Amino acid sequence: MREMIISELTQAMQQFTRGFAHILPRIIVLVIVAFAGWVVSYFLRVLMRSILRLVKFDKLSESAGASQLLSKAALPSATELLSRFVFWVAWLGFILLGVSVLGVFGLQEQIAKFFLFLPRLFVALLTMFFGLLGAGFFSRAALLAAVNANLPSPRLLSVSIRTIIIVFVLSMVFEEVGVGEQTMLVAFGIAFGAVMLGLAIAFGIGGKDLAQQFLEKRFVHGRKDEGKQDELSPL
Amino acid sequence: MTEVKLAEESSLTDDFLGQLISVGEVDILVGVPTHNNAKTIGPILEAIQAGLLTFFPRERVAIINADGGSRDGTPGLVVNAAIGDARRSSKLYALRTLHSISTQYASSPASGTALRTILAAAELLRAKACAVISPESSQITSDWLAALLRPVYAETFDLVLPTYRRHRFDGILLTNLLYPMTRALYGLEIREPYASEYAFSGRLGNQFLAQNPWHEETARAGSEIQFTLAAIAGGYRICQSFLGTKEHVERHSADLVPAMRQTVGALFSSLEPNFSLWNTKTGSQPILTTGAEQEFTLDPLRINRKRLRDMFSTGVTELESVFRSILSVSTLAELQRISGLDEGHFRYSEELWVKTVYEFAAAYHKSVISRDHVIQALAPLFRGRAFTFLMENRDGSAGDVENNIEGLCLEFERMKPYLLEIWNGRE
Repeated sequence: MREMIISELTQAMQQFTRGFAHILPRIIVLVIVAFAGWVVSYFLRVLMRSILRLVKFDKLSESAGASQLLSKAALPSATELLSRFVFWVAWLGFILLGVSVLGVFGLQEQIAKFFLFLPRLFVALLTMFFGLLGAGFFSRAALLAAVNANLPSPRLLSVSIRTIIIVFVLSMVFEEVGVGEQTMLVAFGIAFGAVMLGLAIAFGIGGKDLAQQFLEKRFVHGRKDEGKQDELSPL
Repeated sequence: MTEVKLAEESSLTDDFLGQLISVGEVDILVGVPTHNNAKTIGPILEAIQAGLLTFFPRERVAIINADGGSRDGTPGLVVNAAIGDARRSSKLYALRTLHSISTQYASSPASGTALRTILAAAELLRAKACAVISPESSQITSDWLAALLRPVYAETFDLVLPTYRRHRFDGILLTNLLYPMTRALYGLEIREPYASEYAFSGRLGNQFLAQNPWHEETARAGSEIQFTLAAIAGGYRICQSFLGTKEHVERHSADLVPAMRQTVGALFSSLEPNFSLWNTKTGSQPILTTGAEQEFTLDPLRINRKRLRDMFSTGVTELESVFRSILSVSTLAELQRISGLDEGHFRYSEELWVKTVYEFAAAYHKSVISRDHVIQALAPLFRGRAFTFLMENRDGSAGDVENNIEGLCLEFERMKPYLLEIWNGRE
């Protein structure tokens, strides 16, 4: 009995030692890959930061309104954030490469999924950034045009345009990353339709005089030149 | 073969090129850019023809009409305006043929493309002197042709710019921004840097045609002011000629932004390539002027001052987020302070206006936001300055108006170091 226990223990110990000896080089490879990955990722982070500073990415992000959002969320600047993102994505990629060497069952598939997801994440982030950039640009353009045309509530118009674009961009981003795809699509459709219907009703009830004035000014002959004589001649 | 090559190089249509080639060479070319000007073009053409027959009877002359897609038959009127009519009415006789050619450069008006067409025609016809006449100058007389063309054709000037008898409240953008800023930066007292009538030598025209980046929107939009600045930068001989009365043209309030794009945008965009030229200049020099330098009429003119003032205040309030990217904290605070004042106490001082304009110029240079948005954001502030100008000169004589403009010019010159300081300064 005693000999049997000792024999089993010895066998288990040998098995463990064999397994350990089998996995140890792989762990060493994992550590080496992770370390090399860290070095490469750090280099990529520095490179990314330099490039973004060179192209004045923070200024671009400021004009897009992204910087304000980041500072409100107590996050670092857009350049720093993107550099860190590159670092972590690259390093995580290296670590996962190292982990795949371990040969753990099922992990390979998850790693492959992760690498397949990366381009979609990148596209989503890019869509988000350019969406914010577009929202900032078009809302400012609307604000300036409304102020110079002496339209009522220019800021409301500008904020509405920004909100509509951001909502539209967010729905695209969620669709890209595959989070609640159908829910987001339906929610966006309902929200957008509701806003438009609300605006139409509000304009119909509250702004009919304004609409009448606008249409008369625009299309009724003879009233087109009203107010023209009161304007200065700049050149 | 030559025709095809020319068409490729000059962007002129084959038909237009054919007509130009049949003309051969000319001594003088008069360009008339048009777009739906059928109401005014007749008397203007008569005045041009009479001027050419009276003052240049021995010269080979061509009138070129560059049309931007008129739908009221303007080009037909130009081509059909026979020289015989002018001869019969004025009993004048030309010793050479006077050609009149019309071409449509585009289906919609673009002043830069019109000028480019005229310059290309002048180059092809080897014109020694060229004049551009506005189709809106209904008070033109035949003397204008002599006043513009003689200094180029008979003397050695390269650019002749006009001075006019204007209403004191006409051309407020010129008197409150374009003239003082051009003068402070480039050191020459040019009253009309954005001229609607002017004359130039063939060599200046050819150089501008070759060097202006026509593919760029800013170069096309403000080509008239770019032309003046190119003459200054190239060291060409410039003078001014007094032409006469410039009629008040009624505008819509919406016309201000396009006007600012064409003029202020072009002036701001010229600052970068010409930095080495203007950064060392101090003070200003008068340039040779034939006739009066500028005259003002004092007739009453209805301008809605309240709307100017209201649009300024609305602009300052609503565009605060935009101004924060363009203006310094102190300038914005001062603008916010004056926007809250009532009409009687409101005053957009010269110093504050100059500071505002220089900060906008620096913001345009640094592209803190879209450059077009920078120009658009200046429009409501300009209305505030225009309001102050109207109030200050409401009961003033012509001399008072002139002194007021001169004071503003000196302020622009005095504060030029501030522009240099912020040009390469803070982001």
